[in-house]
Amino acid sequence: MIWLDTIVQGLLLGGLYALFAAGLSLVFGIMRLVNLAHGDMIILAAFIVLVVVEATGLNPFLSALIAAPALFAFGWALQWFVFNRVLGKDILPPLLVTFGLSIALQNGMLEVFSADSQRLRAGALESASVDLGVVTVGIMPLLTFASAVVVIFALNQIFYRTALGRAFRATSDDPVTASLMGINPRSVFAMATGLAMVIVTIAALYLGMRSNFDPSIGPARLIFAFEAVIIGGLGSLWGTLIGGAIIGVAQTVGAQINPEWQILAGHLAFLAVLLVRPRGLFPRAVD
Amino acid sequence: MERSLQITVTTRTRASTIAGFAALGLIALGLVLPAFASRSLIQDLFFILTMLTLAQLWNLIAGYGGMVSVGQQAFVGIGAYAMFAGVILWGWDPVPAILLGGVAAFLLAIPMAFFAFRLQGAYFAIGTWVIAEVTRLIIAQWKTLGGGTGTSLPREATSDIIGVATIANLFDLRDAAARDVLAYWLALALAVGTMAAIYALLRSRNGLALTALRDNDNAARSIGVDAGRLKWLVFLAAATMTGIVGALIYMQTARISPDAAFSVTSWTAYVIFIVVIGGIGRLEGPIVGVLVFWGLQTAFADYGSWYLLALGLLAIAVMLFAPRGLWGLIADRTGLALFPVQRRLTVTTKGAENA
Repeated sequence: MIWLDTIVQGLLLGGLYALFAAGLSLVFGIMRLVNLAHGDMIILAAFIVLVVVEATGLNPFLSALIAAPALFAFGWALQWFVFNRVLGKDILPPLLVTFGLSIALQNGMLEVFSADSQRLRAGALESASVDLGVVTVGIMPLLTFASAVVVIFALNQIFYRTALGRAFRATSDDPVTASLMGINPRSVFAMATGLAMVIVTIAALYLGMRSNFDPSIGPARLIFAFEAVIIGGLGSLWGTLIGGAIIGVAQTVGAQINPEWQILAGHLAFLAVLLVRPRGLFPRAVD
Repeated sequence: MERSLQITVTTRTRASTIAGFAALGLIALGLVLPAFASRSLIQDLFFILTMLTLAQLWNLIAGYGGMVSVGQQAFVGIGAYAMFAGVILWGWDPVPAILLGGVAAFLLAIPMAFFAFRLQGAYFAIGTWVIAEVTRLIIAQWKTLGGGTGTSLPREATSDIIGVATIANLFDLRDAAARDVLAYWLALALAVGTMAAIYALLRSRNGLALTALRDNDNAARSIGVDAGRLKWLVFLAAATMTGIVGALIYMQTARISPDAAFSVTSWTAYVIFIVVIGGIGRLEGPIVGVLVFWGLQTAFADYGSWYLLALGLLAIAVMLFAPRGLWGLIADRTGLALFPVQRRLTVTTKGAENA
């Protein structure tokens, strides 16, 4: 039973990783921008939710709802004023700009929020669990996984059912032709990054309620998110969820064998998939 | 009357000839410097020279080879650990053990390239980073070398390093200061050797092919450039040298831990900032970059994370407003090239009499 339990815990952990990855996947899919600061943005969002919690005394969920528009604006402005200037055929400039941003964010947060570990308190919800017969699972991991499913479902709906989604897909396929049809790729990109920051806020909410966070842990979250995206295959959001689940299960199984192997096992699972399927399990878009 | 055209290819310029002699002068000065320089200057120069070498190597693979690796810390770390293993486990002298660092980095680079070359562009960056993390996590399991907390070089090993006694006598120094001089000379040799090798490579056929690949992959392949072979060559060579530099840095530090030796900030972020601020894709860039970096660090290191915050923002600003770095700004205004790799064709017409 211990192994079944381990695998279920891993699947649910994968939900969190899929949340980390969804924003990254969205931005990469639309504008081929690799945001090396994505992990630090998750931590930044967690701190902002924490600030709202402390200022208003509301619970983390409502606080995240208040923080989300601000983070949308942050993402929109970042894309409009910074990233749009370096997007182009050469992948080096955006990569270096986001790397610089990553270092700047980490150290900025260190100055403002200190290196102390923080946590978003969710009260009784934190320890609540439900008995599913064969295994007992925590409400919080279950809620995280459900949120990941909802976020990915909603993103797919936006992509395939709305005018904004049509603009996303058109710009992703061919920005020049899209702009002939009256779409402004720069503003589409800004909307996409804004939306990605809303997803980042949701990811940060669950990260903060599940475990401690401090300014230094962003890069590791970025790596998990990336592994999920690459395993899933470029352009496939459901693939990203499966990618997250694979990393999650590998980590919990690794930790079950030896607690020091948790992170290592996740990375090795990623490399194994890469060896067999270099373009991921469900590649949709052509890079 | 028949005329024939004679075409000659030149890369040399007046500025480059002067720069060549200046470089020789600087190297000579660098060699005799320990005779009159203070110990802290020698230590500063050691830092500058090792960072310069790492930056030139990253510039080679990213700026010329188009492979943006964020995993170079893997080679620094594995090189340093191999040197420690040579000294602690097999009783080697630290100086020859530095070469073990190169061997270990080379051996790590083979599987790393095998994985990472399946990935394009940004995926490549993350792929190399993941492999560096895997290496760090595995090394942290190596209990005889201190596991996750690390270890130090034993006193017996550091007290009689080859050449230290001679240097101590020569300059009338204490052993610790003589060790710094030895490390400094090795760093000088590595920096000069690396830059000379990169410059020679860039002026060769292979170098032309490499820059052609970076500028237009398809066009280069269509005229017969073997992309795979060149990328392997450059990646493995840079990895090996990075491992040797890593081993040298930790011979001087004499204390190692997985988190420090595999630090993405120290060995990749700083290196990238040096290259970007100085000017990517030019040999002069990292030289300017490392001087700016060292200047900023000396002036502002007391401000801790504010300093790093500013460094990150500076890199962003350079990328936005001067994407070819500080040297790019200078070169655009003056056309100056100290290490020219550009080939210029000179056409001379020879008139042939009596047809």
